[in-house]
Amino acid sequence: MKYFWAFTALMLLLSVLADRQKTLRALEIALRRFLSILPAFLEMIVLVSVVLALVPPRLLLGLLGGEGRVLGMGIAAVVGSVTVMPGFIAFPLCGILLKRGVPYMVLSAFSTTLMMVGVLSYPVEREYFGPKVTVLRNLLAFLIALAVAVATGLAFREL
Amino acid sequence: MSRRRLALFLLYGGFLLWGFIKRFGPSVEVARNFWTFSAQMVMILPCAFVLIGLFEVWVKKEAVEKHLGRGSGPLGYLWAVLLAATTVGGIYVAFPVAHSLYRKGAKLGVIFTYVGASAICRIPMTVFEASFLGVKFTAVRFLVSLPLLVLASALLGHYLERKGYRMPG
Repeated sequence: MKYFWAFTALMLLLSVLADRQKTLRALEIALRRFLSILPAFLEMIVLVSVVLALVPPRLLLGLLGGEGRVLGMGIAAVVGSVTVMPGFIAFPLCGILLKRGVPYMVLSAFSTTLMMVGVLSYPVEREYFGPKVTVLRNLLAFLIALAVAVATGLAFREL
Repeated sequence: MSRRRLALFLLYGGFLLWGFIKRFGPSVEVARNFWTFSAQMVMILPCAFVLIGLFEVWVKKEAVEKHLGRGSGPLGYLWAVLLAATTVGGIYVAFPVAHSLYRKGAKLGVIFTYVGASAICRIPMTVFEASFLGVKFTAVRFLVSLPLLVLASALLGHYLERKGYRMPG
């Protein structure tokens, strides 16, 4: 993250050196866009904070670890779609589940929907793409994630 | 701000306040989550929007149209994936970037590929995934999800362009 800030600062500096007027306009655009999307981001953070409290990692361990392969895959895909988790929590969690004997295809369904399908990011995505396209895009992403999970099951001889 | 959203925020604020007074555990948990997640966003979003602003003023429309627009062909999809692989912050940052690309003339198929790829092929995340679940797991995910993503994005893009879809804003 330090590098990201450094990179942005460097770009900004180069821009100022090249053209002050343009840089000022860039900052104006940045501020205007940021402020106009801020309420949607806040709404997303509100939703995420509630859902994460309802579905703590302990519960996830139970939800993903309990069922058989195919049902487990379905549950994992739904859970992954409606939760949000940074990778540095999700993948170690998957690592723990794997050691406990949870099939690869269940973990694949969970981690792939977690990344690709965003029910909670709907407020933000809708502002950019509109409601219909947001739903359509997430539906397609869900189907792709299921295909990945099935392929993973085949690759690890779980199906 | 819409009425619905305002009501949601007020309700949420009230719930947190009430929870603090009554020392209601779940409320405190929600507040902690809010704090953690906001902090993450504060680390990423300001830089992301500054870079978007710089992109808007410096990058010419013709350049985006040529490489990511209608005439770009398969190469446009490749650029979308590469751009996504290096996008910091994932899909939340990808949405505003995608919107910016759209205004500069990128085609919809390329844009959806970019958004999807920012979820599945960011480099640091992939390395992390492979270290916990194995290289084979990550390889399978890549080999299956990436072609399907490009295919689905292209089809969705064609379909929407035929229907005359315009992005809001």
